Parts: sequence; structure tokens; C-alpha cells
Amino acid sequence: MNQKAIIETHNLSKTYGNQVAVDDLTFSIEEGEIFGFLGPNGSGKTTTLLMLIGLTEPTKGWARVAGFDPTKEAIKVKEIVGYIPENIGFYDDMNAIENLLFIARLNNIPDAVSSPKIEEALEIVGLKEEADKKIGAYSRGMRQRLGIAEIYLKEPKVVFLDEPTLGLDPDGTTKIIEYIQSLSKDKNMTIFLSSHDLKQVQKISHRIGIMINGRMIAVGPIEELAKEKLGVEDKTISLDDVYMKYFQEGSL
Amino acid sequence: MKGIGAIVKKELADHFSSYRFIILFALIAMVSLITAYMVGIGLREELSGVAKPKFVFLMLFTSTGPLFSLVQFVAFFGPLIGLVLGFDAINRERSTGTLSKLASQPIYRDSIINGKFLSGVATITIMLISILLVVSGLGLTLIGVVPGVEEVWRLFIYLIISIFYISFWLGISILFSILFRGIATSALATLAIWIFFSFFISMGASVIANSLIPLDKNSRKDPEMVMRHMKVQRTISLISPMQLYNDSTTIIIDPTRKTTRSLVFMGPIERLSSSRFERPLALSQSIYVVIPHIISLIAITFICFGVSYAVFMRQEIRST
Repeated sequence: MNQKAIIETHNLSKTYGNQVAVDDLTFSIEEGEIFGFLGPNGSGKTTTLLMLIGLTEPTKGWARVAGFDPTKEAIKVKEIVGYIPENIGFYDDMNAIENLLFIARLNNIPDAVSSPKIEEALEIVGLKEEADKKIGAYSRGMRQRLGIAEIYLKEPKVVFLDEPTLGLDPDGTTKIIEYIQSLSKDKNMTIFLSSHDLKQVQKISHRIGIMINGRMIAVGPIEELAKEKLGVEDKTISLDDVYMKYFQEGSL
Repeated sequence: MKGIGAIVKKELADHFSSYRFIILFALIAMVSLITAYMVGIGLREELSGVAKPKFVFLMLFTSTGPLFSLVQFVAFFGPLIGLVLGFDAINRERSTGTLSKLASQPIYRDSIINGKFLSGVATITIMLISILLVVSGLGLTLIGVVPGVEEVWRLFIYLIISIFYISFWLGISILFSILFRGIATSALATLAIWIFFSFFISMGASVIANSLIPLDKNSRKDPEMVMRHMKVQRTISLISPMQLYNDSTTIIIDPTRKTTRSLVFMGPIERLSSSRFERPLALSQSIYVVIPHIISLIAITFICFGVSYAVFMRQEIRST
């Protein structure tokens, strides 16, 4: 891929007191890429994500998202970024349409423009039937799908997903992964996908990054990493093996 | 301000459709109506056959009737409106994960807290105006006196002071909802502050005044000592916003009162006769008496909101 980098970081670091959450992160992600972001719990993935969308300020270093600094130009970054956090929040006493309408208003999309778009988005993620239900009655899978609908509505350039398939049944997982793939393919969005679901990540990611203890210890396409670590040039190599190898070495 | 319109709109809709608001509003409207009715009936009996005194309309709000006056009721119960509207403003959003979602939208972070505060103030304003109008209407039919221009002005100033007063409590509760992660914790903390200011400040004031200037058998006869004792007690009790509010509104709404101090050296009969023949204060003079109180009240409201604003802007927003 020889497109321009849409996400760039340089020596990005974050410390909480004495604890180093993210340590000297330097990497870049190209436009239209699906980047799988792996690592054990507490390795600093979410903190990295929050720094990239301007919800947390880095202690050191800088980041650029589409050329904007998330710390100083937070609004500009937030205009072109979609974020689905691990525990995606919706207002429980409002229904799906009201929730999406509120998001549209926060994004300065006039109601006349957003209304048909909301319907379309709910149709895509298969929530049209449940559009009038209060979110309090939604299952976890439905909430995640509503999160995807929000992305369809906002149409950001970059989408950050934090564990989008956590706690979903296999069918729900497959659906979410399909939506993510189509966001990348049809809408040319850049996807930054943090996940533990190695099989799914392998299926859709162009490149992966492995983060352990706040440091990115490997970045690249899965085949390259496999070649480097395991010395095999096998397209069918599973990401599990590669990841475990890095994980064992990284936590030493 | 980006996004503040959408947030205010949503918050207002939330307030007006929430059960807690409806219950509180019904309760307050009911108590005010009953109080106004009883006071109105009492006034009508008292005034039948007598030449109507000046400012009889305002007496509807200041006469105590069998229970309490409307002004006293708002002073005591008003804080609860502010507290109920704000005690879970931020921490509920935090616990449901909507705060990080809000913060990741292209809006300024101030818009979130400003929107919450503004919608609360708007709710308080609507609530107070409607109660004031209903009570006035009831009073009109009961005592049959149309309020004069000055009376309307006094009521208007009373309304403004009341909005600030209740907004102060709203600010306190929003601050606690930022400081405490647990919704139950912040609810209890706001209630504790309310009880502290309503009961314990006046108790504490008399305890401190007693220890500083003890009044025993001998010194009780010395007017200077008694005055000093009262002064200490009053100064300490002014820490309480409730006292500030009480002092300023009673002066504003009762033109015959000329000082916030209670008359120490007069017996009840003297007091009654003196107030009978006193000419009421002009509105500007009434305002002049309590302007320090009013300014303090407005100042603490802004300080309270300012602190919540500063704390909120510095706080980390994380989904977990």
C-alpha cells in the first residue's frame, strides 16, 4: 500500500503517576486500511485509542489523525472520527431513532438530512423492526449493531472500535465483522480495530500491531510477522500461533 | 457554542418527562396551592370590613397562615428541586458509558456541563414562574385585590433571587455528581449538605456565639453584650445560603421590614404597633438593604458552577 498515512504517532506516551500505560509508541496507519490492534488486557490499547481521538492527553510525543492534532484540534479530529467504546453507551430511556437523532444533532447534521439516513442505517444493521424499542430493552448484540448504525450515520473517515465483538454470540460476531468489512470496502473508511478475537482479526485485517506492556512489539501484515517469528511462509498460518509467540517473548 | 443547543434540548425533554420531576412538581404545586388558599382565606376574614392595607397582595406570600408562608416554603423546599435535578447529571452518564460517547462527538467539552446547568436553570425557572402565577391567580380570586406595579416588581425580583438560590443548589448537586462516581453517594452527599445548611448552621452559630460571648444572668441584662452575641450569631449563620436567601427575600417581599436584624428590644405588642404606623420602604430602599445578600447569593451560585466546570474540564473521561 502506498497511500498516505491517516494516523501517525511519534513517541506517543502516557503515564499515570508512576505507571506507564503507553510507552514511546511510533507507528502509522494508511488510509483505507483495517488495522488489527492486539494485546492482553491492560496493555494500553484503550489508552492509545483515547489519545488518538483526543479524549486523553498524551504525556509525551504527538499523534496526527488526518493531519490534525487530537490534543489541540480535538473538535476537527472528532468531526472525522467514529468511536465505538468497549461498553457502548446509549440513553436507555430513548429509542434507537431518538438516540441516533441526538448524535446527528451533536454532529450538526440537520434533521431533514439525518432522518432518511437514520432509517437507512437501521435497515443496514437489521434493527428496523426494533427502531421504536427503548434501548434499555436491547441485547448486547443489538447495542453493538446500533453502534455500527451510528457509524453509517456519521460517515467518519476513521473508525475506532474497542472490542466490538466482546461477549457476542458467534452469529453476532460474524455480523459485526461483516459490517466492519463493508465499512472499509464500500465507504473507504480506515478501521482501527482493537480486539481479542484473533480469528476475526486475521480474517479482515490488512496489518496488525501487537502491544504488550505499553509497547508496540510488532507491526506488519500477518504473513510477514509469521515469517519473522516462526520462520514459515505459509498463508494458512493462524494468528493465534504468531500472537502467542510474541506474547511469550514480550512478557519475559 | 457547538452542540449546546442539542444537549439543552435533550436534557429539558429528559427533565420534563422524568418521574422524579413530575412527582416533585406535583408535590410543590399542591403544597403551594394549599398554603396560598389557607393564607388567602385567612386574609379575607381578617380584612373584611377593614380598610385594606398597602401591599395586601404581597401578604399572600409572607403571611404564615396556619403552617408556613409561601416564601418560607420555597426557602426550605426549593433546594430539593435543585438537588433532585442535578445529583446524577454527570455520574449517570459516566456509568452508562454515554459520557465518553458525548465527549467523542465534535462538541466542546464545556457544552456538556453548560448544557446540563442551563437546562436545569430553565426547568427551575419554568417551575417557579408557573407556581408564582398559579398562586397569584388564586390570590386574585380569593382576596380580590389586583397587585400594584410595585408589588409586581417586588415579586419579579423575588423570582430572580429564587432562581439564583435554587440554581446554587443545582450547582452543588452537579458538582457532587462530578466528584462522586456512585449515584447513591452523590445523592446522599447532596442531602447531607442540604440538612447541614438548613439545621446545623443555625445550631452551630448559637453554640459558637455562646462560647465566644457567653450570656449568663448578669450579661443578659447588658444590652451591648446581647447585641454582640446576636451579631456573632448572625454573622456565622450567614454562611448558610438559606439564611442569605431568607434575609433578602423577606425584605424584598415585605416592604414594612426595614432591616434583616430581628428587633431585639421590643416586645410583641410594641413591635406590632410600631409596624402599624411605619411607612413601608420604597422598593429601591428595600433593595439597598439587602443588596449585599443578593450579591453574595449570586456570587456563590457562580462560584459553585465555576468549581464544577473546572473539575469537570480536568477530569479524565474513560469508558470504564
